[in-house]
Amino acid sequence: MSEGTTPFLELDGITKKFGNFTAVSDIDLSIREGEFFTLVGPSGSGKTTMIRMLVGMERPTSGEMRLRGQVLNGVPANKRPTCMVFQSLALFPHKSVGENIEFAMKIARVDTARRRRRVEELLTQLRLPLDCYDKGVHQCSGGERQRIALARALAFNPEILFFDEPLSALDFRLRKALEKELKDIHRETGKTFVYITHSLEEAMVMSDRIGIMKDGRIVQVGTPNDIYNKPVNEFVAKFMGEVNALEVEAAGEGAVRSKVTGDTYRVGALPAGFTAGFLIIRPEVMKIGKAAAPLPNRIRGVVFNDYALGSRIQYQVRSAANSDHWLVERLQDEAYEGQLGDSVDIGWRPEDSIVLSE
Amino acid sequence: MNWFRQPGVAAALPAAIFLLVGFAGPLLMVFGYSFMPEKTFTLDQAPTFENYISVVTDSYYISFTWSITLAILTVFLLFPICYPIAYGMAKLFGRWANLVTALIAVPLLISENIRLFGWVLVLLKNGILDGALQSLFGISVSGMLYTVPAIVLGLVYVYLPFMLFPLVIGISMIPDAVKEAAADLGANRWQVFREVELPLAMPGILIGCILTFVLVLGSLAESKILGGQAIVMIADDVESAFTFAQNWPKGSVLSVLLIVLSGLIVFTLFRRIDLDQVIGRR
Repeated sequence: MSEGTTPFLELDGITKKFGNFTAVSDIDLSIREGEFFTLVGPSGSGKTTMIRMLVGMERPTSGEMRLRGQVLNGVPANKRPTCMVFQSLALFPHKSVGENIEFAMKIARVDTARRRRRVEELLTQLRLPLDCYDKGVHQCSGGERQRIALARALAFNPEILFFDEPLSALDFRLRKALEKELKDIHRETGKTFVYITHSLEEAMVMSDRIGIMKDGRIVQVGTPNDIYNKPVNEFVAKFMGEVNALEVEAAGEGAVRSKVTGDTYRVGALPAGFTAGFLIIRPEVMKIGKAAAPLPNRIRGVVFNDYALGSRIQYQVRSAANSDHWLVERLQDEAYEGQLGDSVDIGWRPEDSIVLSE
Repeated sequence: MNWFRQPGVAAALPAAIFLLVGFAGPLLMVFGYSFMPEKTFTLDQAPTFENYISVVTDSYYISFTWSITLAILTVFLLFPICYPIAYGMAKLFGRWANLVTALIAVPLLISENIRLFGWVLVLLKNGILDGALQSLFGISVSGMLYTVPAIVLGLVYVYLPFMLFPLVIGISMIPDAVKEAAADLGANRWQVFREVELPLAMPGILIGCILTFVLVLGSLAESKILGGQAIVMIADDVESAFTFAQNWPKGSVLSVLLIVLSGLIVFTLFRRIDLDQVIGRR
């Protein structure tokens, strides 16, 4: 069966209430077989509740979840063909690494020799040393424990693997390395991965598709490119990182007017029926100094801060007219030549801006 | 004299002296008296094993057997009674857990003997239970007091907190996510209990079991107050040897044997299960 033709995991009006509080509100979502799907949202957006319902640790208040057409709602966690890697990893502290990984197979009464063989396969696949079989899980490093938790879930041979922010407690470098490894493992196993995180950056690196959650609802679903280039609203645009966002209203064909300053800016195309909304300009499309001079959208301002971001430099520019702040990011080799305190032009091409209806 | 200047040593000294004089000293004396001839009151006589031999010849092993049997029985009754309550207190009752704790702990403020005499009034012929049943339903249950079941009831009642509270601590140490993970990997409730909950609660379970076992082994009041002449427990024998019979060496032998027995059980149990490994420190 080819991807996309058979419905795989479908959510239909899923709602979860805790007393008077609605954690997840009327969610419709369809997840394809074999994809790496990530739910992203700030804390309190309902993503953890979502994943807990999907694995069977919470029951939806209303709505239906179906896996290959079979209703999942009343199926307890231990009867579902799904498995989760926990945020805390939830390894069994009283069992060795090997016993942790083979747990699901022991429950399924797989014989000892086959269990052992499968554990060794998984250890190899996840680049864990074979001799850690008898080690206690507390003797292992943070990165090793992540891999053990993943191996334990893979040993269950689930149809869908869920991940509840398992990388959030790790330091930056290890997290980056494991993000890529996870993507490799997704490709090697061909299983459906559903991942939740509060970091859109992390989601971008790994996912085939991303769902953005806010206040218990899904705001946008799309590929990383869609989310980045065509955010549906200001929330999604700002969630990606720091952006320049202006409240604007329509000002004729291909132009918007700032509600704050009254300045008019050229834009690519206005969304159909646009009257008022936001103009979003990402810091990395902003030009500064000589490069800004020929651009139709220009602002005069003073450079009052610069931050090194590693590969890029971010400038904060205070506009001369009304002292609002603009962010400009340039690569190191096209850095601004002038000094802090200089008066300078900044600008952007109309087609690099994004116009969002309210 | 440098070691003496260390603050740790200096701070520990008063307690150490107190323990030496008040605990280790008397224990050593009891050990010494156990080798003295019968009915003597000094430690300067020729040592002898006659007291140890008399334990077997004078049938003291019967009261030993009763003590051990009742201790085992109490542990086996208390564990299933306390586990569900402890589970509720650790995981389910929420803010009501404090109330349950208070309800169980408050009776401890009253002397054990007084509480046991309360049970005497309940179980007595024409007492609270018997009288009530007679007047309400015409049933008589007059023969309850001064039986082994009455003793067991008293033991279970008195030592319940000593099983319960270690269990609460043991069960509350189990992270919920670990149990959820086991269920997620296919384990049913019983398998989650056996594979995860039980081993992770084991430190609390062991401490609760050992505590109740050792306390029942040395218990006296329950068998005397609720059991009357039904049976004699070993602590009873120790007491009469030291008081009524004025036979310190006999009392000392029984004490030494009781201490050795408790010690053996405690140490073998604690060694069989590596507490550090169970808690996950290694």
